[in-house]
Amino acid sequence: MKNVTRVSVIKARASGILLCLSFLLLAFSGTTFGQLAIKGETVYTMNGDPLTNGVVLVKNGKIEAVGTASQIRIPANYRIITAKVVTPGLIDAHSVVGLNGYLNQPHDQMALDAASPMQPELRAIDAYNAEERLIEWLRGFGVTTIHTGHQPSALISGQTMVAKTVGKSVDEATIVPLAMIAATLGRDGLGSQGKSPGTRAKSIAMLRAELIKAQENSKKTEPAKDLRSEIMLKVIRREVPLIVTANKAQDITAALRVAKEFNIRIVLDGGAEAPLLMDEVKAAGIPVIVHPTMARPGGDQESLSIETASKLKAAGVPVALQSGYEGYVPKTRVVLFEAAMAAANGLSRTDALSLITLDAAKILGLDNRIGSLAVGKDADIAMYDGDPFEWTTHCTGTLINGNLVSEIVR
Amino acid sequence: MTKILYGTAVLLLFLLPCQAQDRATAFINAKIIPIVGQPIEQGIILIRNGKIAAVGDAGTVRISSDVQTVDLAGKVIMPGLVDSHSHIGDGSGGDASSPIQPDVRLMDGVNPRAASLQRAQAGGLTTVNIMPGSGHLNSGQTLYIKLRDGAVKVDDLLIYDKDGRYMGGIKFANGTNAIRAGGGTFPGTRAKSAALVREQFIKAQEYREKIRKAGADSTKLPARDLGMEALVEALEGKRVVHFHTHRHDDVLTVLRLQKEFGFRVVLQHVSEAWKVADEIAKAKAPASIIMIDSPGGKLETVDTKFDNGAALEKAGALVGFHTDDGITDSRWFLRSAGLAVRTGMSREKALYGMTMANAIMLDLQDRIGSLEAGKDADFIVLSGDPLSVYTHVLQTWVDGKKVFDRADPKDHLIAVGGVGAGNDGMMHLDCFDGDFGGEN
Repeated sequence: MKNVTRVSVIKARASGILLCLSFLLLAFSGTTFGQLAIKGETVYTMNGDPLTNGVVLVKNGKIEAVGTASQIRIPANYRIITAKVVTPGLIDAHSVVGLNGYLNQPHDQMALDAASPMQPELRAIDAYNAEERLIEWLRGFGVTTIHTGHQPSALISGQTMVAKTVGKSVDEATIVPLAMIAATLGRDGLGSQGKSPGTRAKSIAMLRAELIKAQENSKKTEPAKDLRSEIMLKVIRREVPLIVTANKAQDITAALRVAKEFNIRIVLDGGAEAPLLMDEVKAAGIPVIVHPTMARPGGDQESLSIETASKLKAAGVPVALQSGYEGYVPKTRVVLFEAAMAAANGLSRTDALSLITLDAAKILGLDNRIGSLAVGKDADIAMYDGDPFEWTTHCTGTLINGNLVSEIVR
Repeated sequence: MTKILYGTAVLLLFLLPCQAQDRATAFINAKIIPIVGQPIEQGIILIRNGKIAAVGDAGTVRISSDVQTVDLAGKVIMPGLVDSHSHIGDGSGGDASSPIQPDVRLMDGVNPRAASLQRAQAGGLTTVNIMPGSGHLNSGQTLYIKLRDGAVKVDDLLIYDKDGRYMGGIKFANGTNAIRAGGGTFPGTRAKSAALVREQFIKAQEYREKIRKAGADSTKLPARDLGMEALVEALEGKRVVHFHTHRHDDVLTVLRLQKEFGFRVVLQHVSEAWKVADEIAKAKAPASIIMIDSPGGKLETVDTKFDNGAALEKAGALVGFHTDDGITDSRWFLRSAGLAVRTGMSREKALYGMTMANAIMLDLQDRIGSLEAGKDADFIVLSGDPLSVYTHVLQTWVDGKKVFDRADPKDHLIAVGGVGAGNDGMMHLDCFDGDFGGEN
C-alpha cells in the first residue's frame, strides 16, 4: 500500500516535470532547436527533381527527414510551417558583408587595408560584425550562409571566412574561420598612388616571389612562423585555396599558370572572360565563382555577360554565384536576384538555384553540411510564397540551424 | 540577269522596313498594355509615319489591304519605357569650380555613339532624361532624348517642343550631395545649401524683372547671363526642376523652396519618400524613385525602402521610376516595377510609373507614355508579362522604327553582354542593317 502511494507520487512528479518541459518546448519552439515540419507545395531538395507536396522534418537543428507528404508522417508535437515553395537556405559564395557595412563610412568599411599590397595574415574573423544590418537584410531573402572577407582590391587583401547569417557574435556565426585567401589580378589589384604593383606583370612577379618564399619555407626543418609565413605555408601546402579575382582573359590565364607552377589550390572569382577560355578553365578543374549576373559592365568587367554563369555551368565547370563587392549603392547585392537572372538567361530553375545552394556549398567544401535538403544536414531552409525567382514573390521565412530566424515577408 | 534580279530582291527586302514606315504596319494578335485604357488580349496596333494610327482589337481597328501585318501572337506590347533620370551617353555637367552652374548644358558633352545608349534601347527605353553630374547644388541643364538609331550628333536624339526649343530640365540637389567640409564656395551645411539656392532664385527673379522693365528698349536689358536665363526658365515653368533629394527633411526643404519660388519640380530618388508620402502628395510634387537592391551605400539612403512606390501610390502622389544608370542598368529597368509590386504597389500604377508618369514629369504626356492614336510610335515587344523575371525585351521601336531586335546577334550581344558589347558604336541604321558586301 505504502509502496503503491510512493510510486504514484513519483509518477505525479514525473508527469509534472514532463508538463513543465513541454511548456518550455512550446515556449521555445521555433527559436531553439524546435521540432518543425516544413511543408511546401514545391520543395527543391537539390537532389533530383523538386518534390510536389514535400515535407522536411527538422529536429535538433538538423534535417531529420525529407520526402513527400505521403511518405512522411509528421509527429504530433511538431510545429508545422507551410510555404508555397521551399528551398535550401541560400548560400552567397562570395561577399564582403560583415566586414563592410551598409553605412559605407570609413568606420564600417573594413574589407581593405591599403597600406601594403599583400597581407594574407589579415583574418576576416577579426573584422566580422555579426550585427551588421546587411546581414539581416540578406537573411530576410533566404540567404543563410555567406562566404565573406577581404575585398578584391589588392594583390592579396587578406583572408575570408564562412558564416551563417545569424548570431550575435562572430563566434556564434562562424562556421569556417579561415576559408580562403583573397588575391586580385588585373586593374583592381594594382596599387594606388604609384605603389606597386603598377602593372599586371608586376602583380604576378610579386605573387610568385611570395609563393617561392613559402615554398622554401616549407622545406625548412623548422619553418618560419611569423603570421604571414604561417598563412602562406597553408597555401603552399594546399590546406587553404587562393580565391583569385580575375576577369580579363590574360588575368585568368595568369591565375591558371601560377596555380600550376606552384601546385596550389585556387578558386577563380569574377571570371568575366572565362567563356573565352572555356577549355583551359575546364581542363584545370578549377571552380569559378562568377560575378553577379547583373554586375555593371566596366573596367576589367567590361566584357561580362549575364549568360556567363549559364555557359560555364553548361560546360561542366563547377560554378557558383556571388553578391560580390560593391563600393557604393547597392552596398550589397542579393544572390537570390542574381540567380533569378541566370534562370531567365539560359538555366533551368533548379540549375540556377543550385548556383546559390549546392554548387556554392561544394566550392566552399561544405556540401556535407549545407546546400541541399538532405537528412543530417543543417536545417537551413528558405520559404517563398511563389517562384523564388520572380520579382513579385516574397521570402516568407528563413530557418538557420533549425531556428526560425526570419518571419519578415520580404 | 538572274543575279541582278536576285540582288534587287535582296535589296528590296532590306529596304522593306523603311518602306513600311510610309505604308503603315499593323502589329496583330499581341496582348497590348496601352497604359491608358484596359489591356487588350488580342490587340492590334497600327503604325503610320512614325505615329500610332490606331490601337484596339479586330472589332475596332480596320486593317486595309495595303497595310503590312506583323503577327505577334503570344507577345506583349506596351509603350516604350521612359526613364526620368539617367546618366547614359557619357554626358557631364558642371565642374569643380562652384556649387551652382545653371549655365552648363549637358547637351554639349553627349556622346551619341555611347554603348550605354544602346544598352538602354535593349532595356526597352525609348525616351530618357539624361542628367548632368552630381555633387553640386545645381549641376546644369538636363536633356530629354529619344533613343533613335543612327545618331551621329546629339541633335539627332533631341526632342523639340511646339516652339522649336529642344527640351530639357535643370538639375538641383540637396542633402549631402553638394556638401564639402571646408569646400570653399561649396556649402558646409544643409541650411547653407538652401540659402545658396534661394539666393540664386532671388537673383533670377531680379534678372527677370529687369528684362520685364526693359520691355522693348534693348538698351535697358541686363547683360546676358546664361545661368540666369536657365533659372528664369525654371521660374516660368518652362524648365522643370529635377531635384535630387533623399532624406525626409531634405524632401520637405525642396517643397518649401518650390512653394517660395513657384518652379515646377520633380523629386528625384526620394529614398525616404515613405516617411513623407502625404506631404509629397499634398504638394502635388511628382516623385521619381529608384529601386536599389539593399539599403545604405551612403548615409542618406540607409532608410530607403522598396515600399516607396506603394507608400506614394497610397498617398495619391504621381510616382515614376528611374534607373540613374550607371547606378542601375537600363537593361533591367522593368525590374523596378516588379520590385515595387513585390512591396505593395499596384501592377497598374507600377507600369504607369515606367511610362506615362515619367512622360508627365518630362512634359511629354501628349506625345509618349501610352499607346493611343496620334502619339509617337514608341513601343516595345515583350516575350511575356512585363513584371516577370523571365520576360525579355524582344524589340524596341522609336518613332515607328525598330531600334533594337533581340533576334539580331549584334543586338543580342548588347542585351546580354560579352566581349565587344561595351564598344561605343553607331546605333545600327535600321534601313541599312543588312550585309551589303561592302556597299554599306
